[in-house]
Amino acid sequence: MATQGQPRLKYACDLDKSVLVNNFDRRGWIQVSPDEDWNFYWASVQSIRNVFSVENGYRLCDDQVINHFPNHYELTRKDLMVKNIKRYRKDLEREGSPFAEKDELGRHIHLDFFPTTFMLPADYNLFVEEFRKNPSTTWIMKPCGKARGIGIFLINRLSQLKKWSRDSKTNTFTAPSAKDTYVIGKYIDNPLLIGGKKFDLRLYVLVTSFRPLKCYMLKLGFCRFCTVKYNADVTDLDNMFVHLTNVSIQKHGAEYNAVHGGKWTVANLRLFLEGTRGKEVTDKLFDEMNWMTVHSLKAVSNVMANDRHCFECYGYDILIDDNLKPYLIEVNASPSLTSTTSSDRIMKYNLISDLINIVIPPEGTPDVRWNKTPSKEAMGNFDLLYDEELAQSDLLNQDARSKLGMTGPGLRGARDPKLQSKATWK
Amino acid sequence: MSSEDQLQVLVLDIYSQIKGTPLELELFKQAQIISQNPLLRSSELKQTVIETLSKKEHGTQLKNTVYKYLQKRPAVPHPKAGPEHLKEPLTYIRKAQSNWDKRIVKSLNSMCTELGVPLARKRSEKDQKEVIVHWGELGTAAPDLSAFRPVYAPKDFLEVLVGLRNPNAHSGEPSSFSSLWGIIQVPLRIRSIMELRLRFNEMSINQCQTGVDDNPDIPPELFDNDRSKLAKKVLNNKHSPLSQEFLKKGAPPGVRAELWKQTLGVDVDQIDQLYYEQLKSYVVQHDLLVDSLIYKDVKLTATNDDQYFVFEDYIYQVLFPFSRDTQVLDHFKHSSANPPKSYIRGKLGVEEFAVHYPPNGVIPFHGFAMYVAPLCYIYDDPVVLYYVFRELYMRYFFRLHQISSHPQSIVSLCLLFESLLQSQEPQLFLHLKTIQAQPLRIAFKWLIRAFSGYLDSEQVLLLWDRVLAYNSLEILAVLAVAIFSFRKTNLLQVGTASAAEGVLADITTLKVVPLIQLSLFST
Ligand SMILES: Nc1ncnc2c1ncn2[C@@H]1O[C@H](COP(=O)(O)OP(=O)(O)O)[C@@H](O)[C@H]1O
Ligand SMILES: [Mg+2]
Repeated sequence: MATQGQPRLKYACDLDKSVLVNNFDRRGWIQVSPDEDWNFYWASVQSIRNVFSVENGYRLCDDQVINHFPNHYELTRKDLMVKNIKRYRKDLEREGSPFAEKDELGRHIHLDFFPTTFMLPADYNLFVEEFRKNPSTTWIMKPCGKARGIGIFLINRLSQLKKWSRDSKTNTFTAPSAKDTYVIGKYIDNPLLIGGKKFDLRLYVLVTSFRPLKCYMLKLGFCRFCTVKYNADVTDLDNMFVHLTNVSIQKHGAEYNAVHGGKWTVANLRLFLEGTRGKEVTDKLFDEMNWMTVHSLKAVSNVMANDRHCFECYGYDILIDDNLKPYLIEVNASPSLTSTTSSDRIMKYNLISDLINIVIPPEGTPDVRWNKTPSKEAMGNFDLLYDEELAQSDLLNQDARSKLGMTGPGLRGARDPKLQSKATWK
Repeated sequence: MSSEDQLQVLVLDIYSQIKGTPLELELFKQAQIISQNPLLRSSELKQTVIETLSKKEHGTQLKNTVYKYLQKRPAVPHPKAGPEHLKEPLTYIRKAQSNWDKRIVKSLNSMCTELGVPLARKRSEKDQKEVIVHWGELGTAAPDLSAFRPVYAPKDFLEVLVGLRNPNAHSGEPSSFSSLWGIIQVPLRIRSIMELRLRFNEMSINQCQTGVDDNPDIPPELFDNDRSKLAKKVLNNKHSPLSQEFLKKGAPPGVRAELWKQTLGVDVDQIDQLYYEQLKSYVVQHDLLVDSLIYKDVKLTATNDDQYFVFEDYIYQVLFPFSRDTQVLDHFKHSSANPPKSYIRGKLGVEEFAVHYPPNGVIPFHGFAMYVAPLCYIYDDPVVLYYVFRELYMRYFFRLHQISSHPQSIVSLCLLFESLLQSQEPQLFLHLKTIQAQPLRIAFKWLIRAFSGYLDSEQVLLLWDRVLAYNSLEILAVLAVAIFSFRKTNLLQVGTASAAEGVLADITTLKVVPLIQLSLFST
């Protein structure tokens, strides 16, 4: 066992999930309450607020790590993510970064990776302007503060948005509360279908530091399939079994299969795409997904409180259209650790195990002074996606790079040979 | 027959396959153009036409057609042998297969009676429309299947193979051909390990392989890049033997689709498209009892499989038309089996009123759908998928569920498995035998499905690469032995048959190519 001779850590855990507890138990760790001295705390997002609140006045010690960044919502709340990425794009444009390159039509080549999105009611006028350009487009409305598909609906007429229009706002004389805030995004109505069904990807991304950025991508992500054939017919806009890929929605479908739970591994997706569409376009797709993950993290790295005690495992929702273009849909701070099938359980158990091996230094006790550079063996099923520190040292070693006129953050630090050799912007 | 005569027969047979095809027309047209050259002397005419044609694209197509024919051609029977020898030279095996055929038909008929459903039924106008509308999602249109069960399962078939005896062999006297400890007791000629090494020479450990050396952790400059370049060249050349040779080291996933098509000589043209449409219309018109069996099988296998569930509807689009395809009957010419017959109502036993049932002569068993499933990873056009599957079935898969003395029949594969395991791993074999865990009882399900559904999908494709490359199913038995060797330490520790099965229950993590290499070539 990897844990032999290692110190027995004290852990606290808010979630009663077997994939967590079994991992801690197997390492011989001792459970304590969150109020006691713990080394490793798997906290809910609610607890995080308390742990880091000013009133609390609590200071974490060097041998303590915790599973969320204090203001993770900069990335994981739908409206803030969009805001941050938009700002990041502007910054890069201003700097004249090569990432901000645009095509003849004025669209970003590297940074156009999420559907056109507005906040409601704040951006209502901007939205109407955009809506009128293509009145037959379908849009998807999502409450900012909810998850698992709750409160989502599709619209294709302005009249369906009365409640969020400026007029209704002035009528009531009250500012909208958080639960009435929505994001409205262009609905991707040409998703890639396999066997006639829509799916999206759930990828797991571990961040151990935002400045410098250090992030890892799990190889074992999966596709989540709808149980009903896809059709873009406007009369079916309210059938959520067609449009939303959330497992929490699909499992109520009549066609839901509990053996596989509609989950298909990313490795299978790659095999299928290489087989039916060829290696080149498949590599490009996966490359773009890696890059868009890195960009989304770079977009928040300056606003994120980079507390050295924190790490976080994000659940990325990605949709692929039928031209094999990936779209970032949202980032979840607490991707579900509930296991729907037995292979799901194994995968999630291993995810937590690998994660612990990455965030805990080789000596076995958390230490915030550690350089957070785990060995290749410790990474398990994670691949290093990007390490800014390594990138910087790469940069120093590579004079040639200056010839390319690259300014801004060098995104070449990834040791993943795929990301390095097949970067599309080279 | 003199060898000259034999050649004549061969040529005529091949010609009968080309006659009337667009290829023949095209060749004829081109030959005419060449012969119209006024400078050509009539004594040189034939020679020139042949030489010029063979350099052109259609010449390559002709060569591929001949090659395809030769790949499937049965061994030339003894000149004095009757026509049944072409199907199966050994009388007792022929009998066994014929009994098995009868048993299946009987079981099918009794299912009809029990459930009160006809073998075939014309659909009402309304039902026909339904099938057309739901063609892409036939899975949702499945009838109530609760009363149906598969006609037979691999287990039932294994029992028949175990019971096979050669009446001419003296009982109790171990023959040098049959395995001593195993459960298959028929004397058939199988290859020795030395012969296998020669046969699968290109897989030896010192040779780079797709499926090993294209691992993402290995820099692509070392192997993968060259391999991909070579693959392009091979494809441009359009020559079946070349792509077949290339496959010996495995196909890079991105070009597998084309490599397989080229190797199998599958090139879907307009006529094929129309033919498929016609088969589809037969599905629309008639509801067959076998449809329910196919439904049942898919629902029991692919639908619940986390690798294949997304392809459920593709499988119906292949297997329903397949059951109506009378061209499939062709493979019975060189197979020991005979297509089951059914008679028009009231004319039982009257030959003029006999029809094959199902029209393709193949009654699916439990797991049949898994012959199609892995192909869905390479072909997403149902029509291409159909023809590739049909070709694979008529070349290889039919041998996995028919009793025959052919070196690639399931009987020979079982025997090969047992004798290899016995010579390679005597200690393990003896141990398993002692605890009543006969190895073949575990391995049989792998063999009959060509490992589909047991291995990871990518591994199945890498394995099937080699089946096509060597034009042989023997690699299945080799792999089965390799898996036993690989899990040997664990297997030696168990004391019961069910524990042994447990050790081998999950083989989805295995990598087939290195396993085969180790088993065949390490000494
Ligand atoms: N712009 C879009 N186009 C198409 N489908 C979308 C879009 N946005 C979301 N979806 C679908 O809706 C699901 C839920 O949306 P998401 O933003 O992830 O909200 P939630 O937090 O409720 O999961 C996604 O998994 C995806 O299947
Ligand atoms: Mg989501």
